[in-house]
Amino acid sequence: MAEAAGEVRLIGAWPSPYVLRPRVALNLKGVEYEFLEVTFGEKSELLLRSNPVYKKIPVLLHHDKPVCESMIIVEYVDGAWANSGHAILPADPYERALHRFWAVYIDDKWFPSMVGIGKAETEEAKAESAEQARAGLKLLEEAFEKLSKGKAFFGGDTIGYVDIALGAHLGWAKVIEQMTGLKLFDEEKTPLLAVWAERFCNHEAAKEVMPETEKLMEYAKIRLGK
Amino acid sequence: MGEVDTKGVVLLDFWVSPFGQRCRIALAEKGVEYEYREENLLGDKSPLLLESNPVYKKVPVLIHDGKPVCESLLIVQYIDEWWPHRAPLLPADPYARAHARFWADFIDKKVRPPYADASYVLWKLKGEGHSAAKEEFTGILKLLEGELGDKKYFAGDAFGFVDIALVPFVCWFYTYETYAGFSIEELTPKLVAWGKRCMERESVAKTLSDPHKVFEFVGVLKKRFGVE
Repeated sequence: MAEAAGEVRLIGAWPSPYVLRPRVALNLKGVEYEFLEVTFGEKSELLLRSNPVYKKIPVLLHHDKPVCESMIIVEYVDGAWANSGHAILPADPYERALHRFWAVYIDDKWFPSMVGIGKAETEEAKAESAEQARAGLKLLEEAFEKLSKGKAFFGGDTIGYVDIALGAHLGWAKVIEQMTGLKLFDEEKTPLLAVWAERFCNHEAAKEVMPETEKLMEYAKIRLGK
Repeated sequence: MGEVDTKGVVLLDFWVSPFGQRCRIALAEKGVEYEYREENLLGDKSPLLLESNPVYKKVPVLIHDGKPVCESLLIVQYIDEWWPHRAPLLPADPYARAHARFWADFIDKKVRPPYADASYVLWKLKGEGHSAAKEEFTGILKLLEGELGDKKYFAGDAFGFVDIALVPFVCWFYTYETYAGFSIEELTPKLVAWGKRCMERESVAKTLSDPHKVFEFVGVLKKRFGVE
């Protein structure tokens, strides 16, 4: 049951992995929405009004009521459109706790090490961050094994909460791999994740909204002034 | 997270941890019986802790029939979802739930005890750094008071998720005030009144630490980390 466009709006910017997350969630639920694109860094009045605490994207507006913070939006979409599409979070409380745990890990621990690679000023610092990022991916590989139970995604047969949390970072992960020549989603070290990454990018809910690596590279160069 | 061999409900915790206290309050609200196991965070971590939380090696960890759940707010949500019929901690409406999660997350990001991260500054810095930290902290308290408004609890009439996320820090107010040199009651009287209302609940009164013991503990930490 798709909501009429206009009832659901998303304030965001195409390069942001955090914005990608609610977009994939809305696609999974078959919800039509208006994408209110802002230039990265530009704070529109609507944005400031809707997210006065952080002044950041993404912000979902459902009947003009704002929801902020990417994974909170994802969980909101799962609840508000519980009767559409597949459940994004599993039904079992323990499984839910595991999915939420890994999403927190991805944002609090893994992604900062990826950012560290990008920001590293020396080869040593870069190598250290890369090691941390890879160690994190090994943990995520184990988590994938446990959560997927042999199926295609962390969520099982279809994209779930952790898939969205991690999948959103794949665009920038590819950029970092290309810019540094480092292999992060390594078929040898993390075979399950390497296959999962391709699968996620090709999933119909993600395909159209995942930014193209070339576009992101260009964008990165402009923003980093390189 | 793997599986460990413990039946029933076990909470690995540390007496003064506000994160552990969130879990204790939630369990008390739900009337769940559990075994409390004290970890000595100033000493060695137990093998059970290391096994149950290999990623962060931190308390609190809730172990339910051998299965560990980590991260205090995730534990509180787990408790709410596993024992849904008594004292619901999150509202039923998805928008209200998102709102509660947002504020609990804000509290998690912005309200920290000194040992939670090495950079937490209020008691470590002097001079300009100290005033900046004080200003930031005041801003956070005011924002929270703004969100509370004139309501009884953060979600309205029912004690819930956001209250649980914040209330353990009420027993740290005395410590914050002494180090920062301000009166939280003067700055955010509604928040202090809310804290007192929460303390009227048995779950909270029995869980929160004595503010003077908290202050003593910070003194111990300061000596240990060589901060003067």
